[in-house]
Amino acid sequence: MIEVIKPGFFTTVQDLGRWGYQSYGVGIAGALDAFALSAANLLVGNLEGEAGLEITLLGPTLKFHQETALAITGADLGPRLDGKEISNWTCHLAPCGSTLSFTGIKSGVRAYLAVSGGIDVPPVMGSRSTYLLGHFGGFEGRALKSQDHLPLGPSPADAEKLIGRFFPENFRPPYRKNPSLRSIRGPFEDFFSEEGLTFFLSTEYTITQHSDRMGYRLQGEPIKRQKAQELITCGLANGTIQVPPNGQPIILLADRQTIGGYPIIATLITADLPLVAQCAPGDKIRFSAVSLDEAREAYLNLWDNLKNFASLSSDKHRGK
Amino acid sequence: MYPWGSERMEGQPRILPAGDQAVLLEFGAEIDPTTNGLVHAFTQRANSHKVPGVRELVPSYCTLLVYYDPFFLSFSETVSWVQELLASRPLRIESFFTLKEVPVVYGGQYGPDISFVAEQNKITMEEVIRYHTSQNYLVYVVGFSPGFAAMGTVPQQIQTPRLPNPRTKVAAGSVGIGGLQTGIYAVESPGGWQLIGRTPLRLFDLNRKPPSYFQAGDHVRFYSIREEEFFKISQEPEYRIQKLE
Repeated sequence: MIEVIKPGFFTTVQDLGRWGYQSYGVGIAGALDAFALSAANLLVGNLEGEAGLEITLLGPTLKFHQETALAITGADLGPRLDGKEISNWTCHLAPCGSTLSFTGIKSGVRAYLAVSGGIDVPPVMGSRSTYLLGHFGGFEGRALKSQDHLPLGPSPADAEKLIGRFFPENFRPPYRKNPSLRSIRGPFEDFFSEEGLTFFLSTEYTITQHSDRMGYRLQGEPIKRQKAQELITCGLANGTIQVPPNGQPIILLADRQTIGGYPIIATLITADLPLVAQCAPGDKIRFSAVSLDEAREAYLNLWDNLKNFASLSSDKHRGK
Repeated sequence: MYPWGSERMEGQPRILPAGDQAVLLEFGAEIDPTTNGLVHAFTQRANSHKVPGVRELVPSYCTLLVYYDPFFLSFSETVSWVQELLASRPLRIESFFTLKEVPVVYGGQYGPDISFVAEQNKITMEEVIRYHTSQNYLVYVVGFSPGFAAMGTVPQQIQTPRLPNPRTKVAAGSVGIGGLQTGIYAVESPGGWQLIGRTPLRLFDLNRKPPSYFQAGDHVRFYSIREEEFFKISQEPEYRIQKLE
């Protein structure tokens, strides 16, 4: 069991999302940086989609009431185990009675904590992700508070053999401040003038304070629309970039509503979603357009690294 | 230009990429029962013939979003699957529907915007209730928030634009008018529709399969009840359903 001594700024239980219920208005939710959560799980011997903690900006203080293997990936928020600095993207052993804390942001926004066996809260509609809009899923449908107790699932038998495993930097997404984000144009480009589209692809946008798991509101020169009317509400893919009447784009993310009606100018490619998850208010971003083939290649190259890591590590175990 | 046919041909949807893990099918550009019927006819067909890599289908008023896993499928492969299903035989709009009657306490603390709706349309509050309960509505889509059923089209006499500033909290069961639609907030959530009443029915329940009381394609008829009946039904929710063919 993990005891929450201090909850941190905004910590929720997330897995890779709740699929299959959007027709009932239940959004997918799940880790904003799905790659980082998957890597953290692999480091501790879990399946990629086990539930972990998504930790935002200021990390929690957690006490381990059982020995467990743990790993922290994504942002570097200065993790310490019993006061001693520990490295990110590495599998560590947390002894029974030890305390994990975080000193402060060094880079990125969202860190992911995985523990061997996963966070064993009851699944709701097949997922342990927290769905804040519906107040269900994860730990009681909300962010963690002090005195919450998190149950752990059974640890894989050879968890100790994982200690010291490290997820190489060249296998990770190319996280950086002020990234250029690749997108697929449309599907509603005809709501914008040619000028508006060119503009969108050449302007620098600032991420505003009004940004969260539902989406990031951007600020920049307004994009002019060609059609005055709204779109007829349709389903919204992860990374949808919509433009409301004020011309300021919004990037929709994991906690977005299932359907919406602002015109969609472009959609971020899957491989660049982890980059956005690590951007903070005040950061500046630009958009570029790529082809579907380029988008898929980028996704496969990046996600293959999870498979490459898994086989790398199992080779080591077999003493190769 | 998209080679896969982004121009809409007779009865065929426009097919467009929505990023690299979803395909959007646009069956029309209007909110009307026929287009909505086509969306649902195709959604049912597609759900019964899923191939590995097709993750989820999300229908809306006149579109269907097909989520696919780019690990297993490319955009073109997903489009080929869609086109084969479209070509297999003409889409037949389902004529069977379930009629669900919904009890509502109108006005007062349950419908804080009913007087605004009346004033805007230069009618009385009683007439708002009369018009709202005068016909069946089609549930076009369940979305926005868990269990929220968006239905249409309300009589012109009570059509009212959404609030300029949405409320941060709308009580579960609140019945609203948004433009030419009516709908019910199944769970407490933010909301921008004009609230005219509340139903005691539990419209979203995690322990029910499916969790939402409404599905797209349902027909809904509202009827007015008194506050005492509201409390009685709240104690023991009854779902009165009539099937019409």
